[in-house]
Amino acid sequence: MTDATTGGDAAFVEFDHVQKSYDGETLVVKDLNLSIAKGEFLTMLGPSGSGKTTCLMMLAGFETATHGEIRLAGREINNIPPHKRGIGMVFQNYALFPHMTVAENLAFPLEVRKLGKSEREQKVKRALDMVQMGAFGGRRPAQLSGGQQQRIALARALVFEPELVLMDEPLGALDKQLREHMQFEITRLAHELGITTVYVTHDQTEALTMSDNVAVFDDGRIQQLAPPAVLYEEPENSFVAQFIGENNTLEGVVQEIKGDIAVVKLDDGELIDCKPVNVSKAGERTRVSIRPERVETNKARLQPGAHTLKAEVLEFIYMGDIYRTRLRVAGNDDFVVKTRNAPDQKRMQPGEQIEIGWLPSDCRALDA
Amino acid sequence: MSDITQDGPMLAADGTPLKKSLARALRRQKIRALMLIAPLLIFVLVTFIAPIADMLFRSVENQIVRDTLPRTVVALKDWNPDGEEIPGEAVFQALNLDFQIAAEEKNHTKLGSRLNYESPGISSVFRSTGRGADKIGKDAEKTFTGIDPRWKDPAIWAGIFASPEAETALPRSARAYEAFAKSVRAEGKKEVAKAKLWPVVFSALLDDLTLAQPDAAAVAALPAPGPELVNAALAAGLQPIDAKQAFLEINDGWSKLDLWQTISAYSPPYTAGYFLNAADFEQTSHGIEARPPSERIYLKLFWRTLWMSMTITACCILLGYPVAWLLANLRASTANVLMILVLLPFWTSLLVRTSAWKVLLQQQGVINDLLVWMGLVSDGNRLVMINNQFGTIIAMTHILLPFMILPLYSVMKTVPPSYVRAAKSLGATPWTAFWRVYFPQSIPGIGAGSILCFILAIGYYITPELVGGTEGVFISRYIAYHISTSLNWGLAAALGTILLAAVLLLYYVYDKIVGIDNVKLG
Ligand SMILES: Nc1ncnc2c1ncn2[C@@H]1O[C@H](COP(=O)(O)OP(=O)(O)O)[C@@H](O)[C@H]1O
Ligand SMILES: [Mg+2]
Repeated sequence: MTDATTGGDAAFVEFDHVQKSYDGETLVVKDLNLSIAKGEFLTMLGPSGSGKTTCLMMLAGFETATHGEIRLAGREINNIPPHKRGIGMVFQNYALFPHMTVAENLAFPLEVRKLGKSEREQKVKRALDMVQMGAFGGRRPAQLSGGQQQRIALARALVFEPELVLMDEPLGALDKQLREHMQFEITRLAHELGITTVYVTHDQTEALTMSDNVAVFDDGRIQQLAPPAVLYEEPENSFVAQFIGENNTLEGVVQEIKGDIAVVKLDDGELIDCKPVNVSKAGERTRVSIRPERVETNKARLQPGAHTLKAEVLEFIYMGDIYRTRLRVAGNDDFVVKTRNAPDQKRMQPGEQIEIGWLPSDCRALDA
Repeated sequence: MSDITQDGPMLAADGTPLKKSLARALRRQKIRALMLIAPLLIFVLVTFIAPIADMLFRSVENQIVRDTLPRTVVALKDWNPDGEEIPGEAVFQALNLDFQIAAEEKNHTKLGSRLNYESPGISSVFRSTGRGADKIGKDAEKTFTGIDPRWKDPAIWAGIFASPEAETALPRSARAYEAFAKSVRAEGKKEVAKAKLWPVVFSALLDDLTLAQPDAAAVAALPAPGPELVNAALAAGLQPIDAKQAFLEINDGWSKLDLWQTISAYSPPYTAGYFLNAADFEQTSHGIEARPPSERIYLKLFWRTLWMSMTITACCILLGYPVAWLLANLRASTANVLMILVLLPFWTSLLVRTSAWKVLLQQQGVINDLLVWMGLVSDGNRLVMINNQFGTIIAMTHILLPFMILPLYSVMKTVPPSYVRAAKSLGATPWTAFWRVYFPQSIPGIGAGSILCFILAIGYYITPELVGGTEGVFISRYIAYHISTSLNWGLAAALGTILLAAVLLLYYVYDKIVGIDNVKLG
């Protein structure tokens, strides 16, 4: 099945300068460039309306790109109708055919491929067993719970052994526990079967836990494409920093840049050391981003020479494994610090005046 | 004993059984709900249930014969309708009184028309007899006034028949006089004691005095001058009326066996006759028989109504399905314009639309002109497209199309586009995706639309009447004809009832095959 030339790390799916407009006035997808390797699990993450579904639909063939090329296994597929693309798809509402039984639903893609009856039955059975739904072949979709329907939809998208599977917010309708379980199931299956997966979600936890790579979408553009850890720890712009995980922001102006340290003068006059990411010269406005768990409240642990800031404790929340403390820092009332619940950790009282600091490498000066 | 209270009914706080207080609380709610729906309920009862019940009743009701000829109906019980003989004198005597009273009340023509449905010719016999029958009474009147002129005085009759004894002494006269008195009172112009007597009372009196000896004691108990007058008449040696002879003289029709068989067959208060008639059968002396082929009209029309309605429904499906699909899948703004086009026919008069089809389809009409101009049809061979079944099907399809499109649309609107997309992503060609996935989900809409169209079509009147000619009319024409022209409401009701039954039957079959739960109107 596999085309030898596309093996290895060569791009399996490629978006090449793709644009999309529905109404001829606004671009919903603006200059999308993306390449996905074979066997990769890529997640498109972004707020609602950022164009994720549109991208997926263009890949599946239900929408046409207004400009640019989409390639699958090296072949341009812009003009191939959806039913000839051989791409498995899982829809948010599952789209299980209500007038067919589960087994008939699964047999459908095999039937249209003109497989023999015994082969069909065998594959349907294998697919049902794969999602642990072997006993449900005779039921109608309406007789299944949401999680079960989800599994069937997954099995149906996989039963004809596609090399690429697209999923558009497939877990959106499930409750938290089921969702976490299914996240695990989906990644397990994707890796076991070695299929390439493009997964769409607006849930950052889902994206971080499941993916090899995450493409963060906003406003029709990919803001950052990176593995989850990089995305979290090294966001490249303030949208990504804000969107992924919890984040503290301080605004200011770049005072000077020397090597990999940028000195930023915050709006209240304080100076801090940062890592310059998205700033290039002195005088530029910047938004400084720092993760709550990287803020140090214990002065002894700080690097010598690091700037410290005064802070006032506003709120202290005991959360079991961690303490969550809300501070007022440089005029920002929403500065959050997370500290591990350790024996030597101090519980702060509201109203207390403390000093905080951080490693300059954990403090990223991003675009304003 | 102490166990009883524990096993007894659950009690509310105030000690009444819980069930009872619950029922009381619910009753108030129910009454309020009932009052809210009362206007609609009454409206539906009055305008829908009642007319249908009335129609069902009329299709079997047959009181008119025994109401108009009560004595005759009783006397006919002893007659054998399968024999060769017309009934004997006793029946004619009863008929004499019945008929004269009916003629005075002007009911005989109604009965004549009614029986004429069953056996043509009766109506004229009744009408001519109605003109001549009072001669029998007048002859009797002469006989009595010849014996004593006081018989002519309505006041004397009023005096005699005010007495309860009159019923025993002179039963037939009492009944005839009662009918007379009632009629005069109903008219309200004159006092009963002053109005001119109907001749039939003399006929009845003569029968009372000649057919059996009147009860002497009862006669003696009549108020004066009753006993004196009656006894004088008895003493005068009266001759009984030869009623049979008299009726045969008035109209020869009464000698026909067929007429008497019809009266006898339709004397019960309920009859299957209308239904037999509506199904091209008739009730003869030999039982139920099919009418001769030349007289069979209704079955053919029922059949035609059925298959044409089905054809029209099928045409509506074929034409309406793509439109409904477009409506459900176009952008909202475009779909709205299309929807207005679909609804446009509702805003135009039915008559105008039907007439427009006449203009288009007639032999000198637009379409034929166009075909001739294009050379597809020669001028001599213009197509006949109107005043036949083709015309009816075209015009009715046009009129009923919205009733197919709207339910289809509302069902298709609920089918998410992701189903077809899913099918395509699974490898189905657009056609397979439509046929295997989309179409099955639109079937409830087809079902609802078909039921609507079919039921509307089966009872349609105006359009088939205007564009159907003779070959394209429906059974509705005969229902209308019998209601407004022949006034045979019983037959119209029977035809309507059969139509109703056919619809219910089809509905039942549909439910068995497709399942009525599978019908969605939106
Ligand atoms: N069929 C369509 N016609 C017109 N506009 C659309 C259509 N589908 C999506 N859009 C618009 O495109 C933008 C991106 O939508 P979508 O790709 O669904 O975003 P996401 O999946 O990230 O929430 C939205 O502003 C949406 O309104
Ligand atoms: Mg979406």
